[in-house]
Amino acid sequence: MFRSNVLVCGGTGCTSSNSEQIIERLNEEIKAQGLDKEVNVIRTGCFGLCALGPIMVVYPEGAFYSRVTPDDVPEIVSEHLLKGRIVKRLLYQETVVDDNTTKSLNETTFYSKQMRIALRNCGVINPEKIDEYIALDGYAALGKVLTEMTPQEVIDLMLASGLRGRGGAGFPTGLKWKFAAANDADQKYACCNADEGDPGAFMDRSVLEGDPHSVLEAMAIAGYAIGASQGYIYIRAEYPIAVKRLQIAIEQAREYGLLGKNIFDSGFDFDIDIRLGAGAFVCGEETALMTSIEGKRGEPRVRPPFPAAKGLFGKPTVLNNVETYANIPQIILKGADWFRSIGTEKSPGTKVFALGGKITNTGLVEVPMGTTLREVVEEIGGGVPGGHHFKAAQTGGPSGGCIPAKLIDTPIDYDNLIAIGSMMGSGGLIVMDETTCMVDIAKFFLEFTVDESCGKCTPCRVGTKRLLEILNKITSGNGTLEDLDKMEELCYYIKENSLCGLGQTAPNPVLSTLKYYRDEYVAHVTEHRCPAGACKALTNYTIEADKCKGCTLCARNCPVGAISGAVKETHVIDTTKCIKCGVCMEKCKFGAVVKK
Amino acid sequence: MQKRISNLPFHDTPEQAKKLDEVIEKLKGQAGAIMPALHEAQEIYGYLPLEVQKRIADGLDVPLEEVYGVSTFYSQFSLTPKGRNHISVCLGTACYVKGADKVLDKLIQRLGIQPEECTEDGAFSLTACRCIGACGLAPVMTVNEDVYGRLVPEDVDQILAKYTA
Repeated sequence: MFRSNVLVCGGTGCTSSNSEQIIERLNEEIKAQGLDKEVNVIRTGCFGLCALGPIMVVYPEGAFYSRVTPDDVPEIVSEHLLKGRIVKRLLYQETVVDDNTTKSLNETTFYSKQMRIALRNCGVINPEKIDEYIALDGYAALGKVLTEMTPQEVIDLMLASGLRGRGGAGFPTGLKWKFAAANDADQKYACCNADEGDPGAFMDRSVLEGDPHSVLEAMAIAGYAIGASQGYIYIRAEYPIAVKRLQIAIEQAREYGLLGKNIFDSGFDFDIDIRLGAGAFVCGEETALMTSIEGKRGEPRVRPPFPAAKGLFGKPTVLNNVETYANIPQIILKGADWFRSIGTEKSPGTKVFALGGKITNTGLVEVPMGTTLREVVEEIGGGVPGGHHFKAAQTGGPSGGCIPAKLIDTPIDYDNLIAIGSMMGSGGLIVMDETTCMVDIAKFFLEFTVDESCGKCTPCRVGTKRLLEILNKITSGNGTLEDLDKMEELCYYIKENSLCGLGQTAPNPVLSTLKYYRDEYVAHVTEHRCPAGACKALTNYTIEADKCKGCTLCARNCPVGAISGAVKETHVIDTTKCIKCGVCMEKCKFGAVVKK
Repeated sequence: MQKRISNLPFHDTPEQAKKLDEVIEKLKGQAGAIMPALHEAQEIYGYLPLEVQKRIADGLDVPLEEVYGVSTFYSQFSLTPKGRNHISVCLGTACYVKGADKVLDKLIQRLGIQPEECTEDGAFSLTACRCIGACGLAPVMTVNEDVYGRLVPEDVDQILAKYTA
């Protein structure tokens, strides 16, 4: 038994800001102070509050240290771990009540409205130790399924729970399993989609980094339900930490007999292999993903036949997303009624969101379905920083849309988001403020889909390209009002005629911004003005004569020598030379440079 | 994604050629061998010059167009050599709304190369990548294994200086 447990976040965000060195330093210092038999250092998965990383939590006190640097470690060890005095200057300020008391993390606004099912073990256990997972009921659900339930009972339970696919489309998981179970074949597959391609989304990565066994356990349950003996996890090669932890987890599960032959002496065989993606967004689409596992160009196939009938290598296949799987062991253990008591009637359970962009608490949150966008952005997310205002939230990545400020009280679930022209997507939630130009954002996503369109079908390959051309025309100030109508028509054409989900949803960013921010498009077209000041071609930098002190700072920093003026005299920007880099505006101490 | 194809001359060493031959020998005749062959060839050469793709096609007895089809389909496969220092700027949504494009512009200006290119002295190569998942630190760039977060364009010179010394 250890007197103290020190949990250090080993997620990608915190690892990027040196949490590995912090762990090394901790172990050195603890040893130097002779505490290595009393204090245990544990590298966990993501705590969620990435904005404050690297994060360290010391139990039993529950002291939550934020933005820790390796140099802070000696102080934490000698003060807190040796002398029992919490290092107050490093505490997350929200947890500090007064000089002598701190409150628990669960009482802070970031955590109090959250409910963790998929993330229940992230930031709690060491993901590289199977025993820690087992100690928290790990593999109990698999044991229950294999020893007490028939495959049909498992499928019935999944249907009753109402769990819907967390990858974005929200298809009922139980139904998928039912279809695949109904097809007879000599070989079936239970696969996991961990090709999290939406830029700005990192839910699945965090689950795999923080709690890989929950996914393996659920895949084995799926395999039992549909009659599959082999599983594949298709994961992005860009997630090296997640890949490594999955490999460790699979090896440990095999060693414990929880994967392999005759699991729990039930006669059921199931094993899992990892397949690395090579960076193609379209491979998140189920049929493209399977083609890629087969080693080919990851192009989608025509459906039907659906994967439940003919999937991987032409065999019946179930493919679920990481977060979907992470919910399943809890549903098996606690029952369908428990799961249905959370969230909304048509979207039971919780959803994990990756909060990013212009928001104070960037990070990972899990909330019951039906939580309003306002609660997520203003309460959990801590609002928009820097005195700026909330303008829109983008959900669903390149397939989704923007939710404007006036709809901030919308309860988030699958159907509500579709109704307002966005979609749940896999859970990326990017917050934008008034300095974000909505035309530019639509263009950003179209650039992405043009790049990522696989080229198999014409509406997507050519249609998205034409859409992007029109958007470029508008942001460079050459658009016409007819372009807006043409664009809308083209959007619907692409949606209706594309082969796969990529093309069918690619126009959503354009349609939703046209719907809610048409005035911004019109301003670009008729006034040649970008209201947010983001589109370079439409903004000009000028120096206001009454504010300029003639300090020459702007002229000295201008990379192209576009600013002229003598000392103590008003400076002038030559707009023909100006490349609109904005350096002058950043450097000016008097606020004399303005964007118009 | 449109791939840039290197016009720098291709050099290989006898060791590299031998390793590639071994890879081809191992994978020959297997179903779906092209992807693993390209993954391993990229490990050996750092990128996939046309010469290497030709050798893979001949070795596996598949048409070059099939190999080229796969190598250009996936963004992980690079057809241009990487510099001694490889810079990757994240252009995921979270980084983009926080000004990653301005950081990239600064790098393009300082290095004198476009994304997917390598400087002539081979010191730096530059790429604009998709989300690396460190959205909490946005905007983010990586130089080799080092991650730099919460960037502003002014940080660029200081970071580059670390690798030119």
